[in-house]
Amino acid sequence: MKHVPDATADRTFTEDGTTDRESVDSLLSELDEYAVEQALRIAESDDDAEISYLTVGPDDAKDALRKALAMGGDSAVHVSDDDLEGSDAFGTSLVLAKAIERNGFDLVLCGMASTDGTMGVVPALLAERLGVPAVTHLEDLAVENGTVTGRREGDGATVRIQGTLPAVVSVTDRSGDARYPSFKGIMAAKKKPLETLDLDDLGIEAAQVGPAGARSAVDTATRRPPRSKGEILADDGSGGTVLAAFLTAKKFI
Amino acid sequence: MAEILVLVDHTDGAVRKPTLELLTLARRLGEPSAVFLGQGADFAAAALGRYGARKVYVVDAPEVDEYLVTPAVDALTQIAERTGPAAILLPSGPDGKETAARVALRLGSGLITDAVDVTAGADGPVTEQSAFAATYQVTAHITQGVPVITVKPNAVAPEPAPTDPVIDKQDIAFGPASTAVKVLSRTPRERGDRPELTEADIVVSGGRGVNGAENFAVIERIADLLGAAVGASRAAVDAGWYPHSHQVGQTGTQVSPQLYLAAGISGAIQHRAGMQTSKTIVAVNKDADAPIFELADHGVVGDLFEVLPQLADEIERRRS
Repeated sequence: MKHVPDATADRTFTEDGTTDRESVDSLLSELDEYAVEQALRIAESDDDAEISYLTVGPDDAKDALRKALAMGGDSAVHVSDDDLEGSDAFGTSLVLAKAIERNGFDLVLCGMASTDGTMGVVPALLAERLGVPAVTHLEDLAVENGTVTGRREGDGATVRIQGTLPAVVSVTDRSGDARYPSFKGIMAAKKKPLETLDLDDLGIEAAQVGPAGARSAVDTATRRPPRSKGEILADDGSGGTVLAAFLTAKKFI
Repeated sequence: MAEILVLVDHTDGAVRKPTLELLTLARRLGEPSAVFLGQGADFAAAALGRYGARKVYVVDAPEVDEYLVTPAVDALTQIAERTGPAAILLPSGPDGKETAARVALRLGSGLITDAVDVTAGADGPVTEQSAFAATYQVTAHITQGVPVITVKPNAVAPEPAPTDPVIDKQDIAFGPASTAVKVLSRTPRERGDRPELTEADIVVSGGRGVNGAENFAVIERIADLLGAAVGASRAAVDAGWYPHSHQVGQTGTQVSPQLYLAAGISGAIQHRAGMQTSKTIVAVNKDADAPIFELADHGVVGDLFEVLPQLADEIERRRS
């Protein structure tokens, strides 16, 4: 999961072209809540299931883990290291893959994309690095008999797909509404184990991540000029006619 | 001139418009070569040639249709290793982006997704993207390996540049990962009489205010009069009033048409992220405080069931 700047706030870039994390509050990426929800539903139907949350990010990324733990689940892993700042999807997926391999897994559940970078490629990169199936972009899913099956809306078609476990799965915002943490859940989350790891623990060199390991660079980041305020009229019974005149003037009619 | 690989998006050989846009962009960077996976290459080659593909690499193997994404990764990676391209361009859908990421990882290359423009720079392609719900415009370049770039639909108008492409059949060694995710069934997206959402010059969208599936006829009437695609907000889609494939927004389709008409849509940030790069925005909503009016070039505060039928009648009157 990812701790991201609040998507409803006014987000900005710093001078070096990375996301400014100081100016707005951050929270658990809304799209990752759907993955948490699916993990909880799978665990509810499987007594042996154990859920561990994983994030990479600065100190306050722990808040995202606590939020998930308050929804349910067992434990969490936080990878934090100053050298990670400015990592791209390749650096991030490397760190996630090493941390996942370290603790072992049957199923890695992810959101479809983060609400800040919105690339949506980390699940595929994770599967490639871990050498397991990528059963991604699912709108519904069923895990049974060592397989995961689900519906994916792809580029030009809707497909039903299936892969065997272990696998990386990503779910969309249509997979099912995420639950709210209960007060009891929030209290219980404070006592659940949360492990913190750094790059040394994972055997990763600083040069493999951060700006040094990034494979692309931002040249410029400029704010779009705000749209100039248009003409807003209350309908006095001729709103449609006035709108038609506007569209005609703009040559759409 | 350097070769630029373009992954073709098609249904049984019918090439989709975003691929023609990619070929047009590729010509700025070098000589475009299309990479065609699956059946129907002979049919597709003519269309690809019209838009400047000098070569069409064809991989007609059953794996491509029977398994998800990874056969395309094997094919594109191996063709890239054989041809040494100066860049690889793919369409920005879920399939295109995942293919691009895995190809880039295997080639030791950098990746940029969701470009809205690509130009030739001194050190390779320079891309333009929108960020943070389209409030920022970012330019970027790739610093490592063969640049792999996914491009959003409507980045450029397709420009014909007729060639007589060479068809080059490629054998691919599919690795074990290629058969990891089986496609159990495939339902191609239905193409109705209206233009596709991503490709349309005009989009007419309905939201919560439409208040029922049957009421979308009001939206559709305007769309048909304007030759537009129909869009829907997430609220309307979640309510089951219109199919998800028409959802406009951050997690649906992001559109950038000449005209966007939003009716009964308040304009939550996720919706604005999907449409605020539209050239002209028109909004009809009962609530004068709806955030959509902050973006609108022209807004009517009123009941869409009164405003839209009057608009439709007026369009018909002006045309007759």
